[in-house]
Formats: sequence, structure tokens, C-alpha cells
Amino acid sequence: MTISLRHSFALTAVMCAGLSMATAADAKTFKWANSGDVSSMDPYARQETFLLTFNSNIYEPLIRRDKDLKLEPALATKWGQSDPTTWFFDIRPNVKFHDGTPLTADDVVFSLNRANGPGSNMGSNFVSVKEIKKVGDSRVEVTTKYPDPLLADKWAALGIMSKAWAEKNNAQNSADMTKSEENFATRNAMGTGPFMLKERRAGEKTVLVNNPNWWDKPTHNLTEVIFTPVSNPATRVAALKAGDIDMTYEVPPADTESLKKEANVKVLEGPETRVVFLGFDQERPELLESNVKGKNPFKDKRVREAIHRSIDVDAIKRTVMRGQSFPTNLMVAPGINGYNKSLDKRPALLKPEEAKKMLADAGYPNGFEVGLDCPNDRYVNDEKICQAVVAMLAKIGVKVNLLAQTRSKYFAKILRKSDLKPGETSFYMLGWSPAQTYDVHNVFEALIQTPNPATKKGQFNAGGYSNPKLDALADKIEQETDKAKRDAMIAEATKLYVDDFGYIPLHQQAVVWAARKNIDLVQPADNSFPLRFVTVK
Amino acid sequence: MLAFILRRLLQSIAVLLTVGLVAFSLFRYVGDPINAMVGQDTSMEDREALREKLGLNDPAPIQFFHFIVNAAQGKFGLSYRTSEPVGRLIAERIPATLELSFCAAVFALFVGVPMGVYTGLYPRHWSSRLFQAVSLIGISLPTFLIGILLILVFAVWLRLLPSFGRGDTVMIGWWSTGFLTWSGLKALILPSITLGMFQLTLLMRLVRSEMLEVMRADYIKFARARGLTNRAINFGHALKNTLVPVITVTGLQLGALIAFAIVTETVFAWPGVGQLFIQSVQFSDVPVMAAYLLLIGLLFVLINLAVDLLYFVVDPRLRSQGGSARVAGH
Repeated sequence: MTISLRHSFALTAVMCAGLSMATAADAKTFKWANSGDVSSMDPYARQETFLLTFNSNIYEPLIRRDKDLKLEPALATKWGQSDPTTWFFDIRPNVKFHDGTPLTADDVVFSLNRANGPGSNMGSNFVSVKEIKKVGDSRVEVTTKYPDPLLADKWAALGIMSKAWAEKNNAQNSADMTKSEENFATRNAMGTGPFMLKERRAGEKTVLVNNPNWWDKPTHNLTEVIFTPVSNPATRVAALKAGDIDMTYEVPPADTESLKKEANVKVLEGPETRVVFLGFDQERPELLESNVKGKNPFKDKRVREAIHRSIDVDAIKRTVMRGQSFPTNLMVAPGINGYNKSLDKRPALLKPEEAKKMLADAGYPNGFEVGLDCPNDRYVNDEKICQAVVAMLAKIGVKVNLLAQTRSKYFAKILRKSDLKPGETSFYMLGWSPAQTYDVHNVFEALIQTPNPATKKGQFNAGGYSNPKLDALADKIEQETDKAKRDAMIAEATKLYVDDFGYIPLHQQAVVWAARKNIDLVQPADNSFPLRFVTVK
Repeated sequence: MLAFILRRLLQSIAVLLTVGLVAFSLFRYVGDPINAMVGQDTSMEDREALREKLGLNDPAPIQFFHFIVNAAQGKFGLSYRTSEPVGRLIAERIPATLELSFCAAVFALFVGVPMGVYTGLYPRHWSSRLFQAVSLIGISLPTFLIGILLILVFAVWLRLLPSFGRGDTVMIGWWSTGFLTWSGLKALILPSITLGMFQLTLLMRLVRSEMLEVMRADYIKFARARGLTNRAINFGHALKNTLVPVITVTGLQLGALIAFAIVTETVFAWPGVGQLFIQSVQFSDVPVMAAYLLLIGLLFVLINLAVDLLYFVVDPRLRSQGGSARVAGH
């Protein structure tokens, strides 16, 4: 008896050893790096693509985006508008949080209110919301102050957190910046996602492990994911070549060519949804930084047209961007709802003498002088693009004085003030992606509508471009639920700002990622990196 | 003696206050932290509310006063970037920096001093000339270039050492150490060499010139006349007498190693306070930057204080005259 017992012990031990060896051999660890760390594990700490998309591996939204950025069911199986001001979400049954507790409508209501609560940075997703309440055990209903057809799109970025967990750890709200207290949710996480947080060392590394009880069928084969922030681009590239990491994004343009020659590395390039553009001060009667006194040359459409049609975006693509840009004439990119391919045609370039004549007709036969504001650490090659623009405009007699500075100084200068007074700029560069809704209305509302402190439209229209016809259309687009009508209005509004030369859209920059050859992954255009599509061969 | 120490302490406090003031006024020019803290779509109203809440709209003297009062109590608030307490962020990062600086110092001392002795003893030997030439490279190449070259050779080509990071660490209380794991030790090699390279060449050149000087001294000739062995002369008499300046320089350079680890930490993604500082600069994370600068200021003040006190012990003239002011008269 004793012998056989000992025997079976030994046998179990051997079997266990065999099992653990088998899993060790199957273990797929995926190591990747980015230039910066995720600022927080709290999914509402900051409305920033990297934080939202990294944390969405742990915290899932009600509705998620697939490879092509289309909405698909996640924690909600069904959703829609039962009347123009009421949205409903049916919560998926049998979903469990990482600690094994079931997901309920209460968790959803709690999370949405937390995202709209103090300390959260997600408040702008809730502007239209009047009330969020649970109806039965598996339905959440949201009433809005006015019809909001884009609510579901906006909320596709909001992760759902366990209510019981947050309450137990005193993390009902996001971290309060004015207090010196640590918030539990800053370093810990409790969601339903395909990955669970195993270890978090801010600035050093973050380790995720596979969630074996995930409700969906995994399309990845990872058992462990190690993320490390590596700020120096040369080190990231070296680490990838050495095989110390499997994937990195934000590959510097200068290193792309050398990486393409590497046998074990592949480079992935795709357009980003962000459009980089130039804007004019069309609001002040006299420009802040110009030698033209008493009037504002940018109020004249001929001046804007002459400048627009003298900037050769293809040359910028060839030289400055080393081919890694996608020139455009619209303020939204393909992949965003409302992008209109037939309108995306840049007008022909002008010869310098033609442009000069246009300026002379507008009353500036000798050109003029103007300041240009540019960031130097925000977009790919931002400062170099501006330098190219300076050279191109010099040819038509417009002397541009470039001020390129770090983003915190730059944004403080050019953005509109809190009372929506115009930014301190005459001519500026900015990039914008409607990352909240993936819909063109966000661009109309933020950048193109006339700034108005009462309606809060046009908050990021730094130069005050204004077309009353477009304003009226954009307000209608906001609440129109009939898709065909809405699309027609979008096309009409798009044509208005294009014909006005209201802005100079330059390009979408390329998202350049690099990975080892044995890694399969999906590169969405919104610069998110969903780990659920990664496989290691 | 007591008066001397008190005077030095008072001076140190004045220095720290000055560092605080300089740091604080610098931060008024790094730009608006709000834009780094909020998302693209955050309304102007919400931005203004946050600015008000953080006290960024208060007049500068009031902000400075709050800053000093809180700093004196060790309270630096929450990081604008990560919403974590600054004290905790720094405490977590400091072991990485201290271990790296320690290894770099050991490397510089144990390689630099023997090289210096050798080149001092045989100044015309070909290997001495080689050392000299190599040290010239070490002094003239910028740190980040040395780091990248080392990564290229040892990580990318030879695949011997990791290209970045700290490897696996073990927690001893709140201190995370890389000394106890194989990968942690391997990860230390390249950054330590990179960081210690400049100090190594400095020490080598210092010891060399001191040795050349000392070897010409009369007591060395007498020692030879007495028939002492070369070893006893070189190490027992010559090297011992070169060590006073070496110790001073090493002490001061230790501070520099910690403070200037920033570049090395950035190249190797070493999770220390230097990297934390760089990340904070990019985000205008004022609380972290302020705390870091004060910490480095404090470090230099303490090192200088210790060096001053050491002089006091070593130099009997200071003691008999009761002050440092009259040293200049000698």
C-alpha cells in the first residue's frame, strides 16, 4: 500500500514535470518596446491613443474596433437607439473579470460613471449624456440631452472595470492630481480583456499574461507579453536587430531603410488617421507676426490659394518624409467615416510667377513677411516639413520666419485661450485625428466650425476659419441619424472648406512598425496595437 | 571645529535654496504641462479648470513658497505624467542609478589606476603609448556614441550581452538589485563601461602624471639606494603618495557619475532616475523635475561637505588656525 502510494506520488511528480515542460516549450513570450511608457494602468487617466489602446488589452469596451476600425460587439452583444435620445446596450452574459467575478450591468454603469467622474480625462465623451442607468440585469440604457448618433463610436475606447474591485481598493475615482495620494488603479488593473496584468513597474516594464478564461476565441497564441519603454530610437532598433525585442513601433524614418535590409526583421508601413496641416489666422484684423499693417492678408482667399498651391507635398514626401507620407487635400483620412475620395484631389501646383501674380492681384506685389509656428517633437519630421515650406514660399516672395519649439511651449502659444480668444499665431502647423469617434464630425466641430464660446464649437480652430454655411451644415450633421442624408451633407461641407482654401492639409504620416520575421500582427490605421491579433511562429 | 561644520551646513542650506529657486524659475519656461496631461479633445474650459486646480495660475512667488514648504517636508506631490507620488517614483528608480554608478566607479578605479601606474612607470613603452591613445578616444568620444557602439558590437553582432534594460531584479525590501541574478549582472556590463569610460581615462591620466612626478622625487632615489624591491618602491612609496589627489577626484566624480548617468541611462533604457528626469522633461512634469534637481543638489552638497570635513581632518593647519579663510595666506 505504502509503496504504491509512493509510486503514484512519484508518477504524479513526473507527470507534473512533463506537463510544465510541455507548457514551457509552448510558452510564447512576446517582447516589445515603444518610445514612452503607458502613463497609467487606469483606463480613464488620459485620453491618449497609447494609453487607451494599451489598456484595452486588459480592459475591454462595450463595442470594440476590428482590424479595419469597424465596430464589432465586445462586452455588449447588441446596442442601438430605441428612440433618438435613448441608447441601449445589452451586456454579454457569462463574461468574467480576471478575478473570476461575473460582469454585470452594474459594472458597466459604474465604469461609465467613473469615466465621467472626477479625476477622469474622458469627460468629453459624455457631453451629450443625461443619465446612465441599468434596466434589468443585462441592459444598460443611456438617455442623451439631444440625439447623439455617434455615442457608440465614442464609447468604443472606454474600458469596463470591475465595480467590486474598485470599491474594495478605494479606487472609485481616477487619481486626483491635487492630492498626494496613490490611487490603486494607477498600478493595478481588473478588466475582462484577453490579457491580465501580472507585473507593473512604471517606466521599467509591464508584464501581461494570457487570460485563459476569456469569453472570446483567442486569435493570438501568446502566453506572456513584456512591454518595455526604450526612449532612444537607436537602442530600440539595435534591440530589435539583436532579438532582445520582437517588435517596436515608432521606427525613426532614418532607420527604416537599414531595417529593411535586415534578414530577420520586417518593416510595416501604413497611413495614420491623423492629418498634418497648416492653418492661417483669418480672424484678427491685423496679423500678429507680419510686416503687413492695417490688414490681414490671410483674410483674402487669393492669398490662401497662392500659398496652398505653392506647397509641393509630393516634394515633401520625397525628400523630408523619405516616402513615408500620404499627401491629402482633406482634413480627414481614409478609414474615417466621412472621408470622400472624389474630393481628395489637390489643385495643380502654381508656377512661382503665377502665384506671384495671384498675390499681386490681392495687393501684395512684393509678397509679405509672416511668422510660422511649428512643433519640433510632436509629428514625424515636423520641423523639417516647416523648413521645406519656408523654402517653397520664399520662391513666391512670401518670407516666412519659422519658430519651431518643443510641444509644451508650442501648444501653449498656438491654441486658443480658455475664453476661446484666438491663439498667438499667424500661421501654424497642427495634426488632428478624430480618434474619439472616427467620424468627420469631430473634425468639423473642433477645427472647422467658427469658434463660439457659447456652443463650444471650434475650440481648436486656432486661426478662426469661418464659413456660416458650413457651421449650419455641421450642426445638422451632428444630429442627423439618416446615413444617406448625413453623407450628402458631409460632402457638401467638405467641398466648402476645400474651395475656401481654409486650411492646407499636407499629409497623413506613415505609421512605421518593425517586427521580427516570426511575428504576425495587425497594424490598424489609428496607431493602436491590439495584442489579440499577435501570433508568434 | 563645530563652528566650521555649522558654517558649512548653513552654506549648504543656502545652496539648496538657490538650487530650488533656479529649478523653479527654469520650470516657468519649460512650457505648459497641461497640454501633455490632457487628450486632444479636452475642451479649453476643462484645461483651464485643471490649471487652476494645480495652482498654475497663482503668482510665481506664492508658487515658489508652496514648493519650498512642501519640499522641506519631502512632499513633491503627484507626477503630472503618471499621477503617482513623486517620492515613490524616485525611490523606485534610485537603486538602479546607484548600482550603475557604483559599478562604473569600480570599473574606473580598478582599471584606471593600474593603467595609470603602468603608463607612469614605463612612459616610453609601446603599450603605454597605446593606452594613452585609447584614453584619448575615451575622453573625446561622446558617451552616447560609446554606448551605441558597444551595443552594436556586443549585442547586435556578437549577441553576448543584452542591448538594453536591467535584466531580472530581486527585491530586498524596497531596494531592487540586479546584483543577484545572472541576467542582471550581464545587463550591468555595457552601461557601466559606458558611464565609467570618462572617469577611467581621467583617473589614468591623473595617476600617470602624479607617478611621473613622484618617481623623480628624492625619497624614491633614496629608496632605490637602500636596495628596496621595485614592487615596494612602486606601490609602497610612489603610488601611496599619488593617492591624495586621486581620492579627492574620485569622491567628486562619484557625484558626477550619479548626476550625469542621464545619457547612459537613456541609451540603455536603464530604469534609473536619469531616465525618469528625461521622460519628465518631455512632458513638462514639473514635480518630478524639481524633486530630481533638488536631490542632485543635495547629493553634491553632501559630497562637498564630506570633502571639506576630510580636508579638515587631513590638513593640520586648518585645525590649528581654526578656519579655512586663512589657508590662502600660506
